[in-house]
Amino acid sequence: MTINPELQGRSYKLSEIYSVGRESIRDFARAVKAVNAAHFDVAAAKELGHADLVAPPTYAIIVAQRADALLINDPDSGIDFTRVVHAEQRFTHHRAIVAGDELVAELHVDAVRGMGGGAMITTRAEISTVAGESVATTVSAILVRGEGQ
Amino acid sequence: MTKTALNIADLSVGTVIGTRTLEISRADLVRYAGASGDFNPIHWNERFAREVELPGVIAHGMFTMGAAVQLVTDWVGDPSAVVSYGTRFTKPVPVADIDGAPGAAVEVTGVVGALDADAGTARIDLTVTLDGQKVLVKAQALVRLA
Repeated sequence: MTINPELQGRSYKLSEIYSVGRESIRDFARAVKAVNAAHFDVAAAKELGHADLVAPPTYAIIVAQRADALLINDPDSGIDFTRVVHAEQRFTHHRAIVAGDELVAELHVDAVRGMGGGAMITTRAEISTVAGESVATTVSAILVRGEGQ
Repeated sequence: MTKTALNIADLSVGTVIGTRTLEISRADLVRYAGASGDFNPIHWNERFAREVELPGVIAHGMFTMGAAVQLVTDWVGDPSAVVSYGTRFTKPVPVADIDGAPGAAVEVTGVVGALDADAGTARIDLTVTLDGQKVLVKAQALVRLA
């Protein structure tokens, strides 16, 4: 399978809204061994000035990877998911994600670079609320290993 | 607004903010898969992992990244103070299947890498190693202190 060189510049929109729930924040926080009370206790989160439970710094990956899946699962992309390696990840938070947020995402394929028989693909997910408020920008680089890589 | 007891004037570049050992078991990877929605079998299926030429089940890079930054979150006090965070993933973290003991132990150290008094931010550089070798490279979190 070869990577479609015309992927660069494409964008994909998540068709479903991601509703951030308290239990999802608690589950994710436990999963990354976070202990800060603002992830678990609404009163503690409010004490810090937040409207509700605050998500851990890498929580946006849930939404970003759903957006990435649109590209990886696009039959036209030529990407074999079993050969995908996560090479780089960056989060920029425009504001904290809190329980009650209704999030949408648009994925942009910013770069496609051939590497041997494989390719390095850089994607950017712009995550915002349904009302259009910008929440986070995530950038990931995935390496699609070629044969024998 | 970020609430923290830390004052940027009290910090200097090179200050160690903390260090900890992150013990990882197979159960941690299952929990992370469920919480994140990343069910790639290389993180829970030994047979599949070996078929794709990995040494065995490996941790999600995002698990290591997400757990490593807790050192920063605990230091600053408010998780929303982490305004940006990025890393490169350079080596996989194999997690052995051992009863009653962690399958891997990753060392995390955080150091103040840069300070910007005007912006009220500190860059924390994380060193994240397994058996002395870096598994995250250029792991940096920008933290708002004021």
